[in-house]
Amino acid sequence: MNFRSLSRQTLPDERGYFGPYGGAFVPETLMPALEELEAAYQAARADPEFQAEFQALLRTYVGRPTPLYFARRLTEYCGGARIYLKREDLAHTGAHKINNTLGQALLARRMGKRRLVAETGAGQHGVATATVAALLGMECVVYMGTEDMRRQAPNVERMRLLGAEVRGVDAGSCTLKDAINEAIRDWVTHVRTTHYLLGSVLGPHPYPMMIRDFQSIIGEEARAQILEAEGRLPDGLIACVGGGSNAMGLFYAFLDDPVAMVGVEAGGLGLESGMHAARFNDPRRGRVGVLHGTRTYVLQDEDGQILTTHSISAGLDYPAVGPEHSYLRQMGRVTYTVARDEEALAAFDLLCRLEGIIPALESAHAIAEAVRRAREMNQDQILLVNLSGRGDKDLETVLRAKGGGR
Amino acid sequence: MTGVDRIAGVFATTRGQGRAALMPYLTLGYPSPEMTVPLIRAVIGAGADMLELGIPFSDPLADGPTIQRATHRALQQGMTVARCLEMVAALRQEGVSVPLVLMSYYNPILAYGEAAFCRAAQEVGADGLIVPDLPPEEGAALESGCRSHGLALVYLLAPTSTPKRIRLVAERSAGFIYLVSVTGTTGAREHLPPDLEAFIQRVRAVTEKPLAVGFGIASREQARAVGALADGVIVGSALIQVVEQGGIAGASAFVADLRSALNCTGRGPRNPGMNTEGS
Repeated sequence: MNFRSLSRQTLPDERGYFGPYGGAFVPETLMPALEELEAAYQAARADPEFQAEFQALLRTYVGRPTPLYFARRLTEYCGGARIYLKREDLAHTGAHKINNTLGQALLARRMGKRRLVAETGAGQHGVATATVAALLGMECVVYMGTEDMRRQAPNVERMRLLGAEVRGVDAGSCTLKDAINEAIRDWVTHVRTTHYLLGSVLGPHPYPMMIRDFQSIIGEEARAQILEAEGRLPDGLIACVGGGSNAMGLFYAFLDDPVAMVGVEAGGLGLESGMHAARFNDPRRGRVGVLHGTRTYVLQDEDGQILTTHSISAGLDYPAVGPEHSYLRQMGRVTYTVARDEEALAAFDLLCRLEGIIPALESAHAIAEAVRRAREMNQDQILLVNLSGRGDKDLETVLRAKGGGR
Repeated sequence: MTGVDRIAGVFATTRGQGRAALMPYLTLGYPSPEMTVPLIRAVIGAGADMLELGIPFSDPLADGPTIQRATHRALQQGMTVARCLEMVAALRQEGVSVPLVLMSYYNPILAYGEAAFCRAAQEVGADGLIVPDLPPEEGAALESGCRSHGLALVYLLAPTSTPKRIRLVAERSAGFIYLVSVTGTTGAREHLPPDLEAFIQRVRAVTEKPLAVGFGIASREQARAVGALADGVIVGSALIQVVEQGGIAGASAFVADLRSALNCTGRGPRNPGMNTEGS
């Protein structure tokens, strides 16, 4: 695997740009809220008390550090590189999402906002938001596309048990993009009392920076853990990329290191079908545009209308990608590939049977890429894969896909 | 004469008449591509001083349910940016002379190319642009395109805007300033927000540019109340609801009624020598 080193010290600039990507493209009503949020975040970032509370809750409530696990049987199966899994699936609520929701909820409380709104695709971010809202005694409304409510029904029930109100969004493709539209509309309407708890490294500045920072603990832990386990850095990192928060969280601590990085997009039914969420890998549809407040790669038609996407995993089913990923790609620092639905399903099976781990379908895309790459690498090389979430929520989808495929 | 000049001319006239300008909003391609031009002409015939014409976008996040619905229907019927521009050209060919201000989210303009879009908009006879997801901080490129083609790039202010942002937008907005009356999305509302007058006064204190108020204005009474405070009254969702139920004839009657409400606000003419030029 190849790499190109890049300093992480300077990103983003004061206007929220990572090279030509990022910025803040929102209605005027929200601009003061973004200014307030950035000021509050910068103050919190420098406040030892805030950091101490955040770190303590990450340890005692989220269960960090999450383990770095050597996947012996998967490694033997591939017959190449040694594969390590960063077990974000073992974090409280079953995915990395809680790292960010905890940070943002503490920040919202600091800003005096008692109401949280969030969007969710797979439901993992919605559950993680509902969880921290319960933890801190805040009101919580989660917007979710009706198609996603259907395919991630257990997470809808979880959010309700946690005291959140789940509002179905029946517009467009009824998935994550439409849920974000509706969450932003709610935020515009209740901006004085409400914090929009965005779930990925997307949206207007300061969200991509702030969410990356909250998630960067993944890579910080993984870097220390692999050095302890192997006495050296890995040769490659692999993570799936929907909006891209688990990938940014893993990659960020390694940006200055001689470590190759691969982000895996949802290939859906294949690039030529148009039924996918491959912003970087379908140059005909994936072009630089502005969606949900940020300038980045967006799947769109020639007229600038946003295209509907498809992925078997709701969490990757989104037409734009975090602006920092667009920058890392342009700089040649990270390579972005795709895994199709069927490849993710095969990887899902593999991990279940070889390791006794049921991965989220999102994370299964990263596993699929890891299996491909490990086979072509030497046995003294190391791959570190972010297992971003657990797959209990996906059982129905997987069973239906298998039933349909046989 | 540039688009900026034509918009300034309307506000100079209506200020001279002691009333606010009426600016209905319609979505291009709604209720159908065939009916759009006749509908716009009818609305102008009923007394619109200028028009805000929406280019449909797949993800209209500043819009409430009514305009979302109109937008969706327009896209389903095959509307594109190019067809929107053709409609503006058709209006001009049919002799429509009132200022036409295009409303578009930023991505369709980016996809068209900012400079190319400004050139095309000028060529078909548009006078200005409203881009609800483009704050002045991100607007330099489009502003320069608009300036080259005499188009007014209209920025928005909201009740949440800080004094610093009010000064920024007041300095950068051309043609007029769009005041969003409420924190929220577009859509007809029963009551005007109680802090609207104070909001308008905060903006008046720093600029002499015309102020047009939109979002939530749905009735004759609301139009009259807003018209007594502002230089322009924008009515969108309520008009689209009328079109949904009453078609072109209903829209025409509704606009005539709004216009008559503005005619008798009873306020004296504002100083006609006031600077109404865009920057």
